Amino acid sequence: MSARSERVLNHAILGVFAVIAVFPMIGVVAQALKLPGQVDFSTFGTAWREGHFGTYLRNSVIVTGVTVVLATVLSIMAGYALGTMRFRGAQALFLLFLAGLTIPTETVVVPLYFDLRSVGLDNTYAGLIMPQVAMSVAFGTFWMRAYFRSVPPSLLEAARIDGASSWTTLWRVLVPVGRPAILTMIVLTTMWTWNEFLLPLVIISSDEGLRTAPLGLSFFQGAHKTDYSLLMAGALIIAAPIVIVYVFLQRQFIAGMLSGAIKE
Amino acid sequence: MSGSKTPALEGGRPPGEPRRIGWLYVLPALLVYGAFLLWPLVRGAQFSLYHWDGLGTATWAGLSNYTATWSDPVLRGAFGHLLVLVAFYAVLPCCIAFVLVGAISRTRIRGLTFFRTVLFLPQVVAMVAVAVAWQWVYSADGPVNTVLGWLHALGLPDWRRGWLGDFTFALPAVGLVGTWVGIGLALVLFLAGAQKIPRELYEAARIDGAGPVREFLAVTLPGLRRELAVALTLTTIMAIRNFDLIYMATGGGPGDATKAPAYEVYNRTFNTGEVGLGCAIGVTLAVLAFAATAGIGRLVEGRDA
Repeated sequence: MSARSERVLNHAILGVFAVIAVFPMIGVVAQALKLPGQVDFSTFGTAWREGHFGTYLRNSVIVTGVTVVLATVLSIMAGYALGTMRFRGAQALFLLFLAGLTIPTETVVVPLYFDLRSVGLDNTYAGLIMPQVAMSVAFGTFWMRAYFRSVPPSLLEAARIDGASSWTTLWRVLVPVGRPAILTMIVLTTMWTWNEFLLPLVIISSDEGLRTAPLGLSFFQGAHKTDYSLLMAGALIIAAPIVIVYVFLQRQFIAGMLSGAIKE
Repeated sequence: MSGSKTPALEGGRPPGEPRRIGWLYVLPALLVYGAFLLWPLVRGAQFSLYHWDGLGTATWAGLSNYTATWSDPVLRGAFGHLLVLVAFYAVLPCCIAFVLVGAISRTRIRGLTFFRTVLFLPQVVAMVAVAVAWQWVYSADGPVNTVLGWLHALGLPDWRRGWLGDFTFALPAVGLVGTWVGIGLALVLFLAGAQKIPRELYEAARIDGAGPVREFLAVTLPGLRRELAVALTLTTIMAIRNFDLIYMATGGGPGDATKAPAYEVYNRTFNTGEVGLGCAIGVTLAVLAFAATAGIGRLVEGRDA
């Protein structure tokens, strides 16, 4: 086989798998627009109204936004200490956070439900946000520690000689330099939080007004079992925000999901 | 993330004396993590030792909820289904991606960024949306049955059916969705790894007269061990945590045909009122996830995890 034909074949193979990867999604778009035939956007309007997706997207934005901000700040601080400071118990703390990376939501969701209910946090934003901050912090601390360990010690030394406190060094020197690593972490926690389904399903057991977008889709599906064009429009509405972010920041998404796991 | 270390500080140790202030920085994260992840883990383990319907008083159960995960035929079936799902979610995508990368890595790829973006897309779409899309793919008038209808018209037997409602085919149908999600991940990982294999190794192999297969076994495979470990770990965890897809696409049915442990955690707790049993399955899943993470790294990379 000549190099040229081999190259053509290779690109054809990749092309076939690229088509397989997007095929169900193209089908979704076609169904929602009622293709082939007249392009019809009215399905989106119907889905938007009947599925209350405006409310559910707003809830998802609130839950995701607060979760990511809290998790990012806490992870940066914890990762900073574990990555640059020596103190008693640091190694044990790191292993403790590391262990959290493998705890499935399925394991903690049942006790979370009963314990949050007994303190009145079921069917609240806080009951959705705090467990997801905890899950994100396990990854975030691990991720930020790896970044802070890679910072040249000379940079820390220079800041210290200049008389900067550890707090100033972190926020004025290290965080600006570490923007790429932080952005990757933010992108991943945003995706995980937005897409989370089991936790809202259990925690938001009765208050319809607090449903997140994925939870909204599951109830929408229950109401429109076989109206595929309507269901597809709903699926597109809830998936679109993350897909749009992904298209712009795909480098961060992929780098994070691949190297984040590869790191240790 | 590049960093050149000054020789005096070699060894990766950051400068400075032990600093107790470190605890202050870790404390906020530790409190949230402890209260909302570690504590529920402890409570889950505690719940798993009781019989409780979620309302009345709990009675001590010892380890009987754990023995039930083996003695209850439905649960034994669910863990059996998990094995099938791991084959579909993890083993199959890695094998397919490996063969593809073996074929592809001999040449430079143009437009790699584009292919990467598209192949990776299934990873970022919410699983509930993926489930809705695939329900349509498998539906009575969906594309799978349409193609099979064409084949039938050509004289082949009529294989059309409602795939997700079929006792034999529902589980493989769900598994193939996992394969679809996993291939992109494995392929992108392996492509990235294959680009890092020095080209001289391929040239040397060719000078030695190695064909594609020998070249794959001698150069590509050893060069991708690390990536293989990561891909297997991530996809196995995906198979263990597949609640969203099962709940949305089949609800464990038809009958018990697609019941998986992740689904049974929810089902036993909220539908049949066996909270202790649900928690025991949850704890078992955590142990499996941990064992998979530690075990695969060891097995594939030969390192001490």
